[in-house]
Amino acid sequence: MPRKLRPWLLSAPALLLVLLFLGLPVLSTLATAFGDPKGPLAQYATFFNSRFRMTVLWRTMEVALITTAVSVVVGFITAWVVAQAPARMKSLLIIAAVFPLLTGVVVRSFAWLVILGKNGILNDFLLWIGVISEPLTMLYTKGSVIVAMIYLFVPLMILTLVGVLEGIPQDLTDAAASLGATPAATFRQVILPMAVPGLIVGSVLVFTGSFTSYATPQLLGGERQMMMGTFLYQRAMVTFDWVGASTIAAVMVVVTLTTVAVMSGLARKLNPVAG
Amino acid sequence: MQTRTHPLLVAFSVLVFFFLLSPLVIIVGSALSDTSYLTFPPQGLTLHWFQNIFEISAFRRTMITSFTLAVGGTALSMLIGIPAAYALARYRVEVPRFMGNVFVLPILIPEIVLGFSLMKSLATGMGLPITLSLLVGHALLVLPYCVRVVGASLNNFDFSIEEAAVSLGCTRTKAFFVAVLPNIQAGIIAGFILAFITSLNDVSVSIFLTGPGVSTLPIQLLAHMEQFFDPTIASVSVLLMFVTVAVMAIVERTLGLTFLTK
Repeated sequence: MPRKLRPWLLSAPALLLVLLFLGLPVLSTLATAFGDPKGPLAQYATFFNSRFRMTVLWRTMEVALITTAVSVVVGFITAWVVAQAPARMKSLLIIAAVFPLLTGVVVRSFAWLVILGKNGILNDFLLWIGVISEPLTMLYTKGSVIVAMIYLFVPLMILTLVGVLEGIPQDLTDAAASLGATPAATFRQVILPMAVPGLIVGSVLVFTGSFTSYATPQLLGGERQMMMGTFLYQRAMVTFDWVGASTIAAVMVVVTLTTVAVMSGLARKLNPVAG
Repeated sequence: MQTRTHPLLVAFSVLVFFFLLSPLVIIVGSALSDTSYLTFPPQGLTLHWFQNIFEISAFRRTMITSFTLAVGGTALSMLIGIPAAYALARYRVEVPRFMGNVFVLPILIPEIVLGFSLMKSLATGMGLPITLSLLVGHALLVLPYCVRVVGASLNNFDFSIEEAAVSLGCTRTKAFFVAVLPNIQAGIIAGFILAFITSLNDVSVSIFLTGPGVSTLPIQLLAHMEQFFDPTIASVSVLLMFVTVAVMAIVERTLGLTFLTK
């Protein structure tokens, strides 16, 4: 076959799969809302004027932002310690972070049902040490969703940052120290700027992941803490309002793609190597 | 090296790893409990709940579906993903930028939106049978893993070896099988196994595509949890953790687990 055509022929099956079975169906979902007889933006007007829908959107934003912020701080510190650890210890710690990451989201959310339930381990423990006199309601609160989400995404942040932090040459931090920089100054002026690309990648993964999650808010938040993912499912499969569900889907896609675009723009601007 | 890390940071990280691992220990413990409700630490020890998994036909059935789907979806995805990854690596200069980006789309589009859209277009619109819709959905879901992990191996491959095979008289196709494929074997195995576990654990796409009679294990687990709260769920979770351990062992032996930090 002619050389020019070769890459196209080789990738044609995969390209077709993505374009036909992902591109077209998703575009048709996005187009659904615009096809409303009351006008192309009528569905969006309904969405953004509905107090209930906006509550769900803001709740999802809030949960995703808190999850991202906590994961960044916790993940950064832990990744730093992992990156500094001696080789043997380091591989053990990486195993300890990969294991939860590769364990399914249903299993990991289920663990928090067992921990946070009315007769759960945490309530048992608190009753036993006498801090509380009757079990607390922890499930189906925003807090329970956030805790489980942080649990879900911290390993991802650790693994994203370990590689980046390992890549910072020790010569650089040594040089900073020998030139009189305090550890805090070294962190601010050397380590942090070099970790920015990793922090951005990690934050995008965690934010979009938690913003679009389904299983965790379903199990730990229930109807009371409806989030965009569970809301989409409920509209599509319980009330069979496909137009409404498509609008929710469109909002989710816009938020996700905007986040990715803004953050990768930021990454290009802040990249110490390219700059 | 160790001296550079402040003891407070080390103590904090110890707590983080405790936070990451203790919920999984709790699941293992409650799977062994001799009670009809979930509790930890286990009261009495029994393997009864593991036996119970295989007695509940819904678990048996969905387990088979999930494994078949994960192997089938990944195999399909590899079959079309390897040539694509090869094209991207081998013809890096000629191939337009957007082609690589197309294969990132399944990650970029929220899974739940993909699931909903597939349900509308494939299952309802085209009337595809449930199993076929699931297969397409899972193949799409894992395609980025296949293309990227195999692609990472191909980027380390020296294509002059392939050229040598061709100049020694191999056809292009034969050169691929004797010179390229054996050298990217580790990437293919690691990519396969990572894609497999992603498919096995998937909820967001499957939840829209499962239907009467056909379900996957995670979806069955979700449904079971809403009705019963007994240690059977914990024991299924433990079985799934064994699968995770096997997956990690294979990744460690092929590309090494540190691959996941890159």
